[in-house]
Amino acid sequence: MQTVKMVVTGPFNAGKTEFIRSVSEIDVVSTERKISSAAEKSIKDATTVAMDFGRITVDEDLVLYLFGTPGQRRFDFMWEILSEGMLGFIVMVDSTRPETFREARSILETFHAYAPTPYVVAANKQDKKEAWDIEDLRHVLRLDAKVKLLPCIARDRDSVKTILLELLYSILSEMENGEK
Amino acid sequence: MALSGNLRDFTITQLLNLINLANKTGTLIVEGPSETAKVSFREGKLAYAQIDQEESSLASVLHKAKKITTGQYKSIQQGASHISDKELGLLLINAGYLSQEDILVNLQQHFSDIIQRLFSWVEGFFDFDNDTLPPDDRISVRLDLENLIIEGSRQMREWEQLQDEIPSLDMALKFTDRPGTNLRNVNLSVDEWRVVSYINPRNTIHQIASTTKMNDLEIRRIVYGLLQAGLVEITRLEGAVPTAPTVRVFPTEDKEEQKSLVNRLIDRIRSL
Repeated sequence: MQTVKMVVTGPFNAGKTEFIRSVSEIDVVSTERKISSAAEKSIKDATTVAMDFGRITVDEDLVLYLFGTPGQRRFDFMWEILSEGMLGFIVMVDSTRPETFREARSILETFHAYAPTPYVVAANKQDKKEAWDIEDLRHVLRLDAKVKLLPCIARDRDSVKTILLELLYSILSEMENGEK
Repeated sequence: MALSGNLRDFTITQLLNLINLANKTGTLIVEGPSETAKVSFREGKLAYAQIDQEESSLASVLHKAKKITTGQYKSIQQGASHISDKELGLLLINAGYLSQEDILVNLQQHFSDIIQRLFSWVEGFFDFDNDTLPPDDRISVRLDLENLIIEGSRQMREWEQLQDEIPSLDMALKFTDRPGTNLRNVNLSVDEWRVVSYINPRNTIHQIASTTKMNDLEIRRIVYGLLQAGLVEITRLEGAVPTAPTVRVFPTEDKEEQKSLVNRLIDRIRSL
């Protein structure tokens, strides 16, 4: 059995667990604990402290694993471990919480430094009225025009499929460019 | 009771706050990464400060502040090296060169600058000695700590923000290959140019800081500015031994098989 892996990263409460849950064929193996920080608790009750783990079986001898990283900085020792051997990564950004944009940019840079593999940025919660416009997000996240910044609704399977496909297209494109 | 410990556990800002609130008298000795500072207080007010490895005589403070010329400074060093700062101060006042206020204001500024530098020390040990007062031959001042503490708090917030932006100094920097970016058209300070001249994927940020004699806060500030301007990006150290991956990116080395694998993934995701 061959396996490949992709990593879904981003700040706390960006929607990583939900993203993986939308496409995983198994119940996401999620290591969630009750949140202790009062500030974080006001946002949600439990958060990912080790990693989420989802699976998509491609065929009888190929499986894609999706790993979600914990969002809080205090668990960043896990990031490098999770980034090992990844095919590419997705940076999830909560489009409605500008206070997390700087953190998202920092996480992106950290992961890109760990492994210069292709990545896409998913602007989650684009269905919310307070969501920032994609082009405004591109500006504040300081993303180059060639970086794919895609609207996303993590609980919507079609939206998640689009993000995964765009990342795979980028991987394929990079492989083809590398041969030229 | 001993007041000593590690700056990791108790910051300079917290120390000053304590000294201020408790109206403490004595000398705080801080052993930083490469320097040792001695800061004296009287009843919770800043009285005197010096960095051990630096010239801190009244003459050098006034010379740095351009209150006396280089010629006058040399004359004082040669002809009046035996007299104390207090005697020199009186001589300068009596000769009409400077007023008492000039001297005190410049000393206050000098001591405040030392405290500002201390705020960037995040590593090191401190010890507060109740029995040590400023050297008798030096002029001491009486400066409220509140404003210094506020400035220290601001720097701490900046420090935390910079740590978020640049979590590790063991990474390297490289220039972005963004078209249209031309360093010659960018206005950089002398310190920024010094950093820029060492930017290379083979140098860690830590090495650049060490070579340019900058502390963690100073190098982070400059790197953050360069990142914000889009001139550089953080990269893994070239030539560094990468962490051995426990999982290979592709289960096969064959390029065609790799492409086939990605195409199979694409087909599968489409069919979900």
